[in-house]
Amino acid sequence: MAHTAQKGKLIAVIGDEDTCTGFLLGGIGEINKKREANFLVVNKNTSVMEIEEHFREFIKRPDIAIILINQNVAEMIRHVIDNHTDPIPAVLEIPSKECPYDASKDSILRRAKGMFSAEDFR
Amino acid sequence: MSGKDRLNIFPSRMALAIMKQRLKGAQKGHSLLKKKADALTMRFRQILKKIIETKMKMGDVMKESVFSLAEAKFTTGDFNHMVLQNVNKAQLKVRSKKDNVAGVQLPIFEHFTDGVDSYELTGLSRGGQQIDRLKKNYAKAVELLVQLASLQTSFVTLDEVIKITNRRVNAIEHVIIPRIENTLSYITTELDEREREEFFRLKKIQEKKKKVRKEAEKVKEELRLQGVEVDKVDNILEGDRDEDLLFN
Repeated sequence: MAHTAQKGKLIAVIGDEDTCTGFLLGGIGEINKKREANFLVVNKNTSVMEIEEHFREFIKRPDIAIILINQNVAEMIRHVIDNHTDPIPAVLEIPSKECPYDASKDSILRRAKGMFSAEDFR
Repeated sequence: MSGKDRLNIFPSRMALAIMKQRLKGAQKGHSLLKKKADALTMRFRQILKKIIETKMKMGDVMKESVFSLAEAKFTTGDFNHMVLQNVNKAQLKVRSKKDNVAGVQLPIFEHFTDGVDSYELTGLSRGGQQIDRLKKNYAKAVELLVQLASLQTSFVTLDEVIKITNRRVNAIEHVIIPRIENTLSYITTELDEREREEFFRLKKIQEKKKKVRKEAEKVKEELRLQGVEVDKVDNILEGDRDEDLLFN
């Protein structure tokens, strides 16, 4: 574990079942010795508190470099994501199956909006 | 005295020289920092443009991936649980490198694969081809997302650094340089003042000396009119014998 923490870092996923399945098949899933997974499946029974807790945990873990999060899930814990300003781990919002990608909601693009509007580059 | 903001320093020529040097240093630093800020901003804008492009591209790639997932599900049946339960070790990982832009370390993520595929046998009975395509699509998506993540971290880091640099540039331009200039002008006025004082004092002394000389001349003239020989200087040799100074 110490070896992986130094060399290769992980990508964490928070999202619906299909998103998680897809990325796990892509080969990013890992369960460490403490039986902690680097992904969280969000279904309609998952409470916002739970998502928030997992997100905070992923941020704290030193072996995670990137956190992928579905945009509709990100919307639920927007305040936590907006508070996370450190460059590492990078939080990326990805579209999910139900929700198409909306650039105007993205934390980073919102910060960039002062300088550019996303529509300029379409 | 100017009530303006200036450094607390004793006005002397040396202080003037030091201040001039400091002003020069501040100006040099200002121009260098400004250049740095410009370089960073340029890079920042490039990255921003790339981020927006990649984000748009990400939408398409994700759509494709989700479609292939649906396809695979259609042929294989529901395999979500199997996949979610069978997680073991990550095959795709990222490592970070550092890129240097004008003295700022930017992390760059790079993905690499090691270890074995833990889902080798998924879709063995049917839908193997679809599963394979699904895996490839998601690997591609991960690749893009890793790229996007490194752009995003660079974006956040640069944003921070640019803010700091701009703050410094403005501080030098609007606080430090005016302060040094104020000090410089203060020292110059003070030195000028002192020079004038000195000049005035010299004039005064000259005047006094002139006055004394005139007085002496007047006395001499009066004596001459009385018939006393004034201009004649006593000849040392002519005099009678000298008094012994030491042994008497």
